Amino acid sequence: MRHLMSPLDFTVEELDKLFTLADDIEHNPAKYAHACTGKKLATCFYEPSTRTRLSFESAMLSLGGNVLGFSDAGSSSAAKGESVSDTIRMISCYADICAMRHPKEGAPMVAATKSSIPVINAGDGGHQHPTQTLTDLLTIRAIKGRLNNFTIGLCGDLKFGRTVHSLINALVRYDNINFVFISPDELKIPEYIIEMLREKDIPYREVTALEDVMSELDILYMTRVQRERFFNEEDYVRLKDFYILNKEKMALAKDDMIVLHPLPRVNEISVEVDDDPRAVYFRQVQYGVYVRMALLLTLLEITVEE
Amino acid sequence: MLNVGKIEEGFVLDHIKAGKSLSIYKHLGLDKLDCTVAIIKNAKSEKMGKKDILKVECDINTLNLDILGFIDHNITVNVIKNCEIVEKLPLSLPKEIKNVLKCKNPRCITSIEQELPHIFVLTDEAKEVYRCKYCEEKYGSKEF
Repeated sequence: MRHLMSPLDFTVEELDKLFTLADDIEHNPAKYAHACTGKKLATCFYEPSTRTRLSFESAMLSLGGNVLGFSDAGSSSAAKGESVSDTIRMISCYADICAMRHPKEGAPMVAATKSSIPVINAGDGGHQHPTQTLTDLLTIRAIKGRLNNFTIGLCGDLKFGRTVHSLINALVRYDNINFVFISPDELKIPEYIIEMLREKDIPYREVTALEDVMSELDILYMTRVQRERFFNEEDYVRLKDFYILNKEKMALAKDDMIVLHPLPRVNEISVEVDDDPRAVYFRQVQYGVYVRMALLLTLLEITVEE
Repeated sequence: MLNVGKIEEGFVLDHIKAGKSLSIYKHLGLDKLDCTVAIIKNAKSEKMGKKDILKVECDINTLNLDILGFIDHNITVNVIKNCEIVEKLPLSLPKEIKNVLKCKNPRCITSIEQELPHIFVLTDEAKEVYRCKYCEEKYGSKEF
């Protein structure tokens, strides 16, 4: 039995297999419509997360399975003081697989050690969110046709953004990836990631203006610059407009460049960009469902014959 | 000059940084053992100026000394049999340490989960870096 705690739990070969399965699910949904009949997914969400929870539930329903669970700690036995270890032992009796989100870092790992069913980390505090990374990778693979040989710009809050750190750690396993980090000084990529890139001799650049690098990018991964990260309002006001992606900035980009965003988007991508075919962040949401379907099948060890 | 007699069988932990012997006593679980232990604090040392020494009279298979490598790999571990040093054990960093460090990350599951052991895993041997098994919070062995 396997669990998923970090995107690095799968080897590159295993990921390739997972993405090939997701690709088949995308093109032949009917083939998989009853693959999980009789199976139950428990979504144990100790903090609210509309998109991730619904994506997991949609994935299981699309496979013909059922879902049960809770969507905040207040409506679970955690409010009565039950430990994660005890909760998962109980959930193991009710369901065949569990997706867990928890505000405490490492909680899904604790659950996995006590569980008799596969546990998927659906986000643990600021630590890991592996299915977002799998979603990002599948989106790139599906639209660009490859997970190597490209220049990716990561823009916005690179200091605190766990999706960014996780994506970088996953991408460094592929060949010839060139990173461009676009952020204000206050939200620069952490030094330990720069050290890791240096050690692996992977090319990277750090810039502050998005316009300066737009024309070089094959992929632009946008994130939200959050007001609460700044010590003073002046700095926030000064910097926030740097990172609003609009039609003018898109005009500088390659014709086949794609824009990803883990969502929710606030104002960092102007709605006028939504109709640009290069803006793929809503397609990314759909790929999130496909990759979770592939993940459920993989961890439940279900194979679907032709 | 204080004299502490020879031990028949057990360990002499020498070259302990002055003042660290009580911490080692605790982490080796010596407080739970019914054996003779001599704790020598601030002994004169040519090499270190001052040092601590622990003499433990017990069966040599009783103690798990892995943790010493984490606490200070410069400690000399002399194995004693029949009142003689029969071996000097090399110390290396243990791959995993349990309930020695407490995770200081307030967002870590160890801060709320009952009776969850605090486990740290060696992730970079050259830099002596350990990370919490659950949240990956970083600790250097020098922080101990």
